[in-house]
Amino acid sequence: MEESGLSVSADSIRVTEVTADGDALIFTITSQKLNSDVGICVCRTFEDFEWLQQGLFSQEDVSGLQGIIFPPLPGKPVSSSQSQAQAKALKQLGFLAMGEDWKSYCKALEIYLQQVASHSTLSKNKALDNLLTNSEPPGKQRVHKGIFSRLSHAMVELRKENHKDLDDFFQNERNNILNTTHFSKAATEKFLEVVLTEQRLAVACGHLSTSLHLCVHQDDPDAANFSKICMKLSEIIDTVKRNFEKVADNNLSTLGLGLDMECRGQEAKKDMLFRRTCKLVELETATKSAEKAKPNKKAVMEEVKKVIQKDFENLSSIAKEEIGRFNKSRVTLLRSSLVDWCEKQLHTARENQELLSRQLEACKTLQCD
Amino acid sequence: MATSSERTPPPFPESEDMDLDTEMRDEESNENECVVASEDVIGAEANNAPDDIFSELPTDNVINPLTDSIIKLDMDAIDKQGEQPVDIEPKEEPNKAPDSILWTPQSTVSKPEDNVRTPLIVETDSPGKILDECELETDNSTTYDLSRETENPIGEPVSDSQNIPVVDVLLEQGSANSDCPGKILNECELETDNGPTNDLSQETETKPTGEPVSDSQDIPVVDVLLEQGSAESDCPGKILDECELETDNGPTNDLSQETETKPTGEPVIDGQDIPVVDVLREQGRAESDCPGKILDECELETDNGPTNDLFQETETNPTGEPVSDSQDIPVVDVLREQGSAESDCPGKILDECELETDIGPTNDLSQETETNPTSEPVSDSQDIPVVEVLLEQGSAVGENSAVCVKEPLSDIIEEPPCDNFSELLSEPASKQQRDLFGDSSDDLFSELLNGKDELQSSDSTDICREAKNTLITGPLSDDLDNPPSDVLSEDCVMKVTSPNSDSSSDSRTRDEEQDIFAEATVELSLDSPAIERKRAEPSRLLPSASSTSTSSSMSEQRQKILEEQVEEEDKFELNVSVTNPEKVGDGINAYLAYRVSTQTTLPMFKSKTFVVRRRFSDFLGLYEKLSEKLSQNGYIVPPPPEKSILGMTKLKVGKEDPSSAEFVEKRRAALERFLQRVLCHPSLLQDPDVREFLEKEELPRAVNTQAFSGAGFLKIINRATDAVTKMTIKMNESDIWFEEKLQEVEGEDQQLRKLHVLVDSLANHRKDLSAHTAMFAKSIGMLGSSEDNTALSRVLCQLAEVEDKIEQLHQEQAGNDFFIFAELLADYIRLLGAVRGCFDQRIKMWQRWQDAQNTLQKKREAEAKLLWANKPEKLQLAKDEITEWEARVTQYERDFERISVTVRKEVIWFEKEKAKDFKKQMLKYLQVLLHSQEQLTKYWESFLPEAKAIA
Repeated sequence: MEESGLSVSADSIRVTEVTADGDALIFTITSQKLNSDVGICVCRTFEDFEWLQQGLFSQEDVSGLQGIIFPPLPGKPVSSSQSQAQAKALKQLGFLAMGEDWKSYCKALEIYLQQVASHSTLSKNKALDNLLTNSEPPGKQRVHKGIFSRLSHAMVELRKENHKDLDDFFQNERNNILNTTHFSKAATEKFLEVVLTEQRLAVACGHLSTSLHLCVHQDDPDAANFSKICMKLSEIIDTVKRNFEKVADNNLSTLGLGLDMECRGQEAKKDMLFRRTCKLVELETATKSAEKAKPNKKAVMEEVKKVIQKDFENLSSIAKEEIGRFNKSRVTLLRSSLVDWCEKQLHTARENQELLSRQLEACKTLQCD
Repeated sequence: MATSSERTPPPFPESEDMDLDTEMRDEESNENECVVASEDVIGAEANNAPDDIFSELPTDNVINPLTDSIIKLDMDAIDKQGEQPVDIEPKEEPNKAPDSILWTPQSTVSKPEDNVRTPLIVETDSPGKILDECELETDNSTTYDLSRETENPIGEPVSDSQNIPVVDVLLEQGSANSDCPGKILNECELETDNGPTNDLSQETETKPTGEPVSDSQDIPVVDVLLEQGSAESDCPGKILDECELETDNGPTNDLSQETETKPTGEPVIDGQDIPVVDVLREQGRAESDCPGKILDECELETDNGPTNDLFQETETNPTGEPVSDSQDIPVVDVLREQGSAESDCPGKILDECELETDIGPTNDLSQETETNPTSEPVSDSQDIPVVEVLLEQGSAVGENSAVCVKEPLSDIIEEPPCDNFSELLSEPASKQQRDLFGDSSDDLFSELLNGKDELQSSDSTDICREAKNTLITGPLSDDLDNPPSDVLSEDCVMKVTSPNSDSSSDSRTRDEEQDIFAEATVELSLDSPAIERKRAEPSRLLPSASSTSTSSSMSEQRQKILEEQVEEEDKFELNVSVTNPEKVGDGINAYLAYRVSTQTTLPMFKSKTFVVRRRFSDFLGLYEKLSEKLSQNGYIVPPPPEKSILGMTKLKVGKEDPSSAEFVEKRRAALERFLQRVLCHPSLLQDPDVREFLEKEELPRAVNTQAFSGAGFLKIINRATDAVTKMTIKMNESDIWFEEKLQEVEGEDQQLRKLHVLVDSLANHRKDLSAHTAMFAKSIGMLGSSEDNTALSRVLCQLAEVEDKIEQLHQEQAGNDFFIFAELLADYIRLLGAVRGCFDQRIKMWQRWQDAQNTLQKKREAEAKLLWANKPEKLQLAKDEITEWEARVTQYERDFERISVTVRKEVIWFEKEKAKDFKKQMLKYLQVLLHSQEQLTKYWESFLPEAKAIA
């Protein structure tokens, strides 16, 4: 029973809906029981997700826990109609703050839950099952600063980041992750800019289209020709506007989300690598102190060193596994988002092309008498 | 032009009377005023003419090459003839005219301004003026004119246009007629000597009674005829001449113009013909005096060019010959009428019919269409009478009529020239005609088309000019020293009057010229359907099936020809491009020079392609010249791009950054569009300054263009706008059209400004998008290069490339947004400024007229006071002053009417152009959009398999 901590199938987990309750967002999560058609539907707030994440971080009974790359939980959603808050949300959440009704955010949460549920170690945690199946929200008791606080404390020790690794593989990974996180973050930001500009363009086109429409004087026979042209032009601009809207939507729902996941995934990996580095530093310190220790303390120190070393080795082996798993999953994720993206854009482009050529035909036959 | 027909009669009902009064008085006392008045008429007419043509043209790009060529020829003629002494008096030395004609062409070109003036003055000559007025009425095609006509003392029912009065006149004459055949004969001899039109004018002058002639010249033809009818019914021929003169002159102008205005045009043409029929009928009954004499005239007339022939044949009517001349439709009727009343010589009738046909369908058509004044409703009303006439006559129509009708039509179709000539061979002059017709005319025309034989063509036009000069004749030559007030109208006048001069020139030149003109007319006119219908209509009305078939087959032929010609027209080119901006000089004196290259098939230019270098201030100079000449007459002169001190300074400093390259390109494009707009405008294209700008190697440096720089220019516009609004309050707007239009224009201005802002922001957003896409491409590229997974890395790098391409697309699209829409809107915002300027000018004219009226009122009051005070010595002075001010009021009123007509036509033209322009740009934009979308689709298509290839 311990082995199958989760009673629902990971693939069936969906975050289907979000409702606003004051400033708080309530997410509706549906899933299916394993080996049955029974569906489960629960409502959770972001705090519940946070609780889950902390529960995962603070598992005491899992060896090499720190070697696990924890699926990244999206940042706290800021639900407010105020534009200022929206701008803040945009800054914090990037793509996840965009899209209608937090669609992207729901998708991100869904992916998070699926990742946790499909993770061989993390899925065993009862907190997950609790979150997914218990009709009552998980207890209000918050796990305060478990391993997480230690982690954040460790974050301060930035100097450890450049610590030389014993293992070439990890050294390499660590070197790469620095670049990759940086670039993926940059790419996500730029892409976000692109999407934002596209949305602005759509708005600008909308204004233009409306204004063109206002130029029409239907009651004036003299201006009939010009009015016709304005109408037509308005339609064209409207087509352009719709196209931009679609393109922007495609962008953020596929590649935008993909890049965001990639970004946070890389961060999670980086965190894991850093935790390992910390462990490494700890080990080295212990080794040194064991060597320098006076004979009376030597045995104790050696003992400590051994424990740490064991921990470290365990952590490293799990980390290696995790990195392999992570890389595979992120490539799959990125690939699917790229393919999705490309297909959607292609579809939109063809659609728009069709529309435009129809417009062109209409324009060519437009009679100006 | 629905608007013109709907237009309400203007609020100056007294104008007609005033016109008459003042003009009569002018003749007696104030020659100068007379001249001015006639100028007005001409100007107005001239203003109308080109607009009609061009506003109605269906195709893009539109200037009719042939019209232009003709116009240009005329201008050439004017140029060359400008130095000629104008006052050759044909009355005294009838034969002199041809001589002078012969040597005229050799004279060199003088400066344009001078040249322009001369012809205008020429116009002040009486017969010409009459004609002009007639045309004016027809051109305007307003109900106003019609109503004016109907105010005639005769009191005819209003519904029919000017023609009714004519009929009445003839009736009157019919009773009193047939006095002095001898005199008529003399006149005939005179005619033989001189060109026909000259004769006409001389006849009027030699008239024994004499008095009305002078008057008649000022007053519309109708009035003239009335006068003559009552006073002297001696020479019906003469009267007829005048009638024809009326129809005959201007025909070609009008033709082209009118016909184009109504491609469909059906009813109008019919209506026109009716009057003629009536006239002929009347004459047929009343005067069947001297067949011999008339025959002489017939022969004489056959000598003359085709168009003239037609009209002179109508002269011969009085003899009772079935006249069948001129227009086709009337022919039928006339023949019927006469067939019943006087069936003297059917054979001769046939001859004449053929003669007429020989003259070529083109002429006939042109004349028919020409006279037709009106917009549709009017024409409809005219249409009805025709039918009635036919019905009435239907019973009386004997075999003759059927034969007659049938014959001419078939002749036209099958063997136009030969038959006619064979008929004419009996008359010596006809040989000449044939020669001319066969050889020179055709050659000339083809050469003209090629634009090769400029000399010859200009010769012919010169001759026309010259002929016109001779037409002036003694009495009015005094007025020649009166300088024309507006150059602009003169240009138009040249164009308009050329046909007149054609007809008045001696037979040879006329033949040539007429042919040219006839052909040109055909080419110009898009009225083929109208003509066909017109032709077809009579036949339809007739019972004879054969005539129907012939006419229909003819119409088919015609259709073909015209279709070809329309195609040719589409090919017509006047392409101007402004390219290769080059920085000349250094430092503060540096400037940009552009290559202005023109490609054209217009014969008005010396060669087909030419290139000049112009700098920005040259463009400004051109604009200033044009606006000085044309703006005050209500023309819309396209404004040039504004000066950009910032852009130019940057350039002068020599910074080579993208913004200055953008600036240069922007300005280049703006200048090109400016020039294209100028050339697109029919009135501007004819301006000598425009031609000089395009052709002349070196231009004098334009000065004082500073006023148009940036803010200054805007200020001017704003000031003008303010003035307009201020004056609008003062002005009790007589014509609701203008009021509404002005509001519309102002509303549109606001809208366009708003649109411009929006399009601008759109373009800027696109630029942003392009920049962001570029950055995204870069970072994706980096991400790809740092990627461990080789497949993913490769795909990301490919994605970076795709994004780079997309960035290019966005950038291009941003440029398109800007150049296709933003600049278009900016142009039109400036153009609307010019449009408002036109309204402003019109109100100024109104103001001047009102002021003059007020002054007149004061003078009258003063006179009354003097009368009261019984001070005869001052009374005379006061009376003189009143006369003077009355004349002024009349003139100003005409100025106002003229500018109203011009502004209206210009605005309608402008709106048509605007619609065309926007449509063109919209199409272009759509094509560009589509193209970039296609590219995008391709990019995605090529990327998709790559993305899928990631393991």
